[in-house]
Amino acid sequence: MSNRLKKLSFSTVMLWAGMIFLYAPMFILVFYSFNESKLVTVWGGFSAKWYGELFRDEQILDAVATSLKVAFFASTMAVILGTMAAFVMTRFARSWGRLTLSNMITAPLVMPEVITGLSLLLLFVHMADLFGWPAERGMLTVWIAHSTFCAAYVAVVVSSRLRELDMSIEEAAQDLGATPLKTFFYITVPMISPALIAGWLLSFSLSLDDLVIASFASGPGATTLPMVVFSSVRMGVSPKINALATLIILLVSLIAFISWYMARRADKRSRMASE
Amino acid sequence: MGGHQWSGIKIMSGVAIKRKKSLRERFFKGQHLTIGVPYLWLLMFFALPFAIVLKISLSSPAIAIPPYDALFQYADESLQILLNLGNYILVFEDSLYVNAYLGSLKMACITTIGCLLVGYPMAYAIARAPKQHQTVLILLVMLPSWTSFLIRVYAWMGILSNNGVINNVLMWLGVISDPIQMLNTNFAVYIGIIYTYLPFMILPLYANLSQLDGSLLEAAADLGSRSLNTFWKITLPLSKGGVIAGSMLVFIPVVGEFVIPELLGGPDSLMIGKVLWQEFFNNRDWPVASSLAIVMLALLIIPITLFHRYQSRSMEKKI
Repeated sequence: MSNRLKKLSFSTVMLWAGMIFLYAPMFILVFYSFNESKLVTVWGGFSAKWYGELFRDEQILDAVATSLKVAFFASTMAVILGTMAAFVMTRFARSWGRLTLSNMITAPLVMPEVITGLSLLLLFVHMADLFGWPAERGMLTVWIAHSTFCAAYVAVVVSSRLRELDMSIEEAAQDLGATPLKTFFYITVPMISPALIAGWLLSFSLSLDDLVIASFASGPGATTLPMVVFSSVRMGVSPKINALATLIILLVSLIAFISWYMARRADKRSRMASE
Repeated sequence: MGGHQWSGIKIMSGVAIKRKKSLRERFFKGQHLTIGVPYLWLLMFFALPFAIVLKISLSSPAIAIPPYDALFQYADESLQILLNLGNYILVFEDSLYVNAYLGSLKMACITTIGCLLVGYPMAYAIARAPKQHQTVLILLVMLPSWTSFLIRVYAWMGILSNNGVINNVLMWLGVISDPIQMLNTNFAVYIGIIYTYLPFMILPLYANLSQLDGSLLEAAADLGSRSLNTFWKITLPLSKGGVIAGSMLVFIPVVGEFVIPELLGGPDSLMIGKVLWQEFFNNRDWPVASSLAIVMLALLIIPITLFHRYQSRSMEKKI
């Protein structure tokens, strides 16, 4: 018994040490965003002036707008593609087509980003060469690139949900004369909606976060936020980036907390209903 | 509707089978569209690009836009295919590239082991925690990875630099008088990679360990097995799938990692992702960059298939 306690405490200690390891850098980042001094890590008194500077920086604001637009449309497309692929993977009979599709859709999950980025750029260059489209790389090409790799994540999230689902409800709907399309939109979609939302949010954050693929796929026309942050960070630390980081951390924590709270409430409600 | 029911009662089993069949047929009516759209998209934007990379890796570099010679040429009424293996020979002969590959593989091995050593006990502790705490703990582990990757790497720049947090604290305590060079070393790259990839190790491990049957451990304990023995003989072998999945999720992307060695590493942290990026963006040598990518893919084909096998097995298990 004492042995088991000892082991339990070892992994628990590791858990808390690991949590400190994960969160300490974030807190330091947030802390120094309120630093008066331009030298990020030398404390010069409390100030929120870097937030003001951040909101006056046209380049960053433009990049935020570009990133949000790309992320919105890319995650929407990724949910459409990923859900279709997940549907094929879970509901269709085993076939050659299903096998190659499921291999292709999950491959970007483990592909090094430099390879994905390089290959897409070369494709766009070739297409421009052959058909004159896309004439210029920019938001559209980044959208295509992000939709493709985000669809992989959506497919994994949605297919695991589709697999858990009781198929008899869908069968019942079709027995009662609903068309497959109607069944899908009135029965399947409401039942998998948590997975669709989760997949969309995941895609949105992945798209917002991506630097490497966007750098390859983008042209002079569109600069996303990570590209601006990267070129600024390359020059060294800057309090403005700390302020930006703080806002991002705040926003993500808020969304995570809200979704956790909603999920818990829904869980409680369904438990109460079943009682 | 009434007629429907009535006929159902009249001829029982035969109709049921027949109806089920027609249902299947109706169900698969939109099959071509459902399978076709994602299929064509992936063919166009995933499979075809790889063929192009392969093609360009076999062409010779040129000072032109785009900077390579055509692979297929039609001259003198004959189609000429010019395969240039020079890029591959260069990749294997130039010690810069070979060292970059070795550096990447070494970095990936060390950081995968590091993530495993830190992540396994964490995943284990979460899986053993009370059910209602598990979701919160996993959420806490995942939360950093939903914020910006770039910003998490950036955070370490402020911590490890010469006038960064660690050096400042150590000098204030009087432990050291001069700052220790930590940023722009391999050490910084190790820390940065373990930090950013830790959640990807913990998640599959947790998914695996949380399904572990607790009664097995109890049985072992009842039979007098000591906890360390139980861990080696029961827990670890049963969590093999999670260990493989987590390790591959760390190992594969780290081999191609560009951002972390670029921001935290120094001149001696040579990694292939960084070299490929420089070849492409700075030297504009597309053929060499393409062959670097193809060789990288060839190196990763074993870990990738390993991951795929695990993934499909765990997917089939769920059905």
